[in-house]
Amino acid sequence: MATKQIQLTGAGGQGLVLAGIILAEAAMRDGKNVAVAQSYGPEARLGASKAEVIISSEKIAYPQVTQPDVLLCLSQDAFDKYFSAVNDRALVLIDATHVQAPTLGRNNIYRLPLVRAAAEQVGTKLVANVVALGALNALAGLVSWESLQKAVEQRTPAKFRAQNLRALEVGRRLVENTPHQTKEV
Amino acid sequence: MREQELVQGNEACARGAIYAGCRFFAGYPITPSSEIMEYLARELPKVGGICLQMEDEIASLSAVIGASWGGAKAMTATSGPGFSLMQENIGYAAITETPCVIVDAQRAGPSTGQPTKASQGDVMQARWGTHGDHPIIVLTASWVREVFEMTVHAFNLSERYRVPVILLLDEVLAHLRENVVLPEPGELDVISRRHPERLENFKPFFDETMVTFGEGGRLMVTGMSHDEFGFPAQGKKAAEQLQRILKKIESRAEELAIYRAHYLDDADAVIVSYGITSRAVEESVRVLRAEGLAVGWLDLKTLWPFPEKLIRSCTEHAQYVLVPELNAGQLVREVERAVGGRVLVEHLGRLDGYLITPEEIAARVYDRVECLKGA
Amino acid sequence: MASEPREYLRIERLPHVWCPGCGHGMITHALACAMAELELDPKQTAVIGGIGCSGRTAFLFDMDSMHTTHGRAVVFATGLKLVRPALTIVLALGDGDAIGIGGNHFIHACRRNLDLTAIIYNNAIYGQTGGQVAPTTPPAKKSTTSPYGNLEHPFDIARLAIAAGATYVARTTSFDFADMVKFIKRGIQHKGFSVIEVLTHCPTYYGRLNDLRDPYEMLHTIKEQTVPIEEWDQLSEEERAGKIVIGELHRQVRPEFVESYYRLIAQMQRLQENSVDGH
Repeated sequence: MATKQIQLTGAGGQGLVLAGIILAEAAMRDGKNVAVAQSYGPEARLGASKAEVIISSEKIAYPQVTQPDVLLCLSQDAFDKYFSAVNDRALVLIDATHVQAPTLGRNNIYRLPLVRAAAEQVGTKLVANVVALGALNALAGLVSWESLQKAVEQRTPAKFRAQNLRALEVGRRLVENTPHQTKEV
Repeated sequence: MREQELVQGNEACARGAIYAGCRFFAGYPITPSSEIMEYLARELPKVGGICLQMEDEIASLSAVIGASWGGAKAMTATSGPGFSLMQENIGYAAITETPCVIVDAQRAGPSTGQPTKASQGDVMQARWGTHGDHPIIVLTASWVREVFEMTVHAFNLSERYRVPVILLLDEVLAHLRENVVLPEPGELDVISRRHPERLENFKPFFDETMVTFGEGGRLMVTGMSHDEFGFPAQGKKAAEQLQRILKKIESRAEELAIYRAHYLDDADAVIVSYGITSRAVEESVRVLRAEGLAVGWLDLKTLWPFPEKLIRSCTEHAQYVLVPELNAGQLVREVERAVGGRVLVEHLGRLDGYLITPEEIAARVYDRVECLKGA
Repeated sequence: MASEPREYLRIERLPHVWCPGCGHGMITHALACAMAELELDPKQTAVIGGIGCSGRTAFLFDMDSMHTTHGRAVVFATGLKLVRPALTIVLALGDGDAIGIGGNHFIHACRRNLDLTAIIYNNAIYGQTGGQVAPTTPPAKKSTTSPYGNLEHPFDIARLAIAAGATYVARTTSFDFADMVKFIKRGIQHKGFSVIEVLTHCPTYYGRLNDLRDPYEMLHTIKEQTVPIEEWDQLSEEERAGKIVIGELHRQVRPEFVESYYRLIAQMQRLQENSVDGH
């Protein structure tokens, strides 16, 4: 597909806008056009937060997502708010740590313990956004792995660079090691 | 050749300002424009410039006007509520012919409204917000790179004509990040105010040349109606001076008009749009053209002075004109006025803070064109 | 350089627009004398006023001058001073201008401590608009908008300035000509935000509405209310009642904002150069 529309949703403070920026930066490195729009409430923390990334080999005129191809939900509120709007073909990644989602009875829905993996395997749940990016990209193949690593390096402070690269890897492995358990049937 | 970068609209504005030679910024934090001040607070000192966070938006524009009379290219940036507070000083800048740039990243109003949602509700305020007849130039942009270019252009026009220039952005564009290649030094023209050849017998309020404080020009700058020397004037003299500054901009409406025209030659239906809404129009026009509809599109970058003649000539052979904008109907009134009842002009608005979608525009145009065919 | 007061004035603009008996001309004269005694270069000096009777001062000085919007003179000057640090800028403000409509800017200017000198022509009333109550009008005094006597508590401008962080604060009256000149000079010489509050008389409105019609009598009445700072400390609370302390009330050394900002610029530019060299 020439264009991918991605919604990264969760709570304010979970780093979704940064995740969107990293993903877009990586796509840009792959030679794609990108647009990252953010939508958030008046709060700096908590409240619903959403980053929208459009990746396309064409010019991106309308800058917001009209029909998501990929949806990430890192919070219950975000799941409740955004899941109902996606169609059956969309790939959905839900954080299994905190989000209670009913059995949804369709393909392309993945539940992975993203926040828990961040906390347990990287040492801080602050990097759950990057764990999610690693997982999301392993599932959806949005950008090249190399570009994604470069983008993480570029957009994170030197002090936290190694931690974030590790988070990316943790996300990827989460998909590779546990495909059948998490995929809904 | 510069590389592609992922740049936010607000950052493009700040970088455009520095590129244009802006060396003074004063502002007050407000969503969705604060990133402009944050960027300039970081970057202006590195180029010898000054960025100051003021106590409110009234102070912001006051300091900008003071700095401009000190010789600096100066800018402020805000959103609706702050823009409202600036109105009195916009009038001061207009009557004192002070070059300055005011960026308004529009958000849904009135009042506090929806601070994190986009709007195009300040179009009329940008033109008529301050009291009294006054000259003003209002520009807008739709793309991140265009934000950079129009910021540079805003400075150029402001300095060239000694007039406040307002750049209208909106929440979505202000926060949107896109891959762009920003202009290299020298790629865009950068214009500075003209200085008179001599100080003797110089009239500070007579033409577009300007002397600044500290040069020995014994300037008198006042917001009162004044003569060529800056001293209070009433009656006929006051009227003459006002006519002069009004004409300076209004008489140049067509040369100041920046726009992009698409498929207008054979258009039965014309869409007139500006700012972020133009991006939805671009997609809808592509779809409608693919469907075989003769749809044309006029994408305005200069909103004021309103390019009346341009609108007239672009809609001459059309049967239908649509003006989509994120408000309850503002620029559409000017379009109606220019068209003068010859053609059906419709407004497509949205007030919930979300963008008008390409589908909404395409559906409306499709319906109307079918209707008109049937008639 | 000029050294006669008249050389600092636009003589052709005289006579001024103030009412006969008004104190504003005396303050303006004191400012011209202070400039002359300091031998300020008129090319590097500017007078900025706001709106109101005091704002007209800006039209009288033969140098770069600005008559701003109401209450905003101090912020216009902030922008100007930052880009033209070599300019000596004097603000001619009224009480309503400085601490009524411009109160917020005034306290922030005190806090920022830019090297500006603010002379506040305090006549305790809105004169130009026809004698309305001001934030400085004493309790029970009449104005066209406090016809039954003022119910509000007034600001003490000098104390407000000190509390807000001004680094030179003096108060005098338009009766004390020598002190006006002295304090204005010291304010200009002081590196930082200087406030010189001058208690002055408005016979046209304040006087007429409060039984002080005669300018001379009114000037004396103001003078009689004041106590020099040197004596103030000896007075008991009861003795201070209804009295106003005058003199040099506050002087403090604190970093001046324009210098601080230019130091920052120099520092940032050095860093830039070093990083360019390093590559």
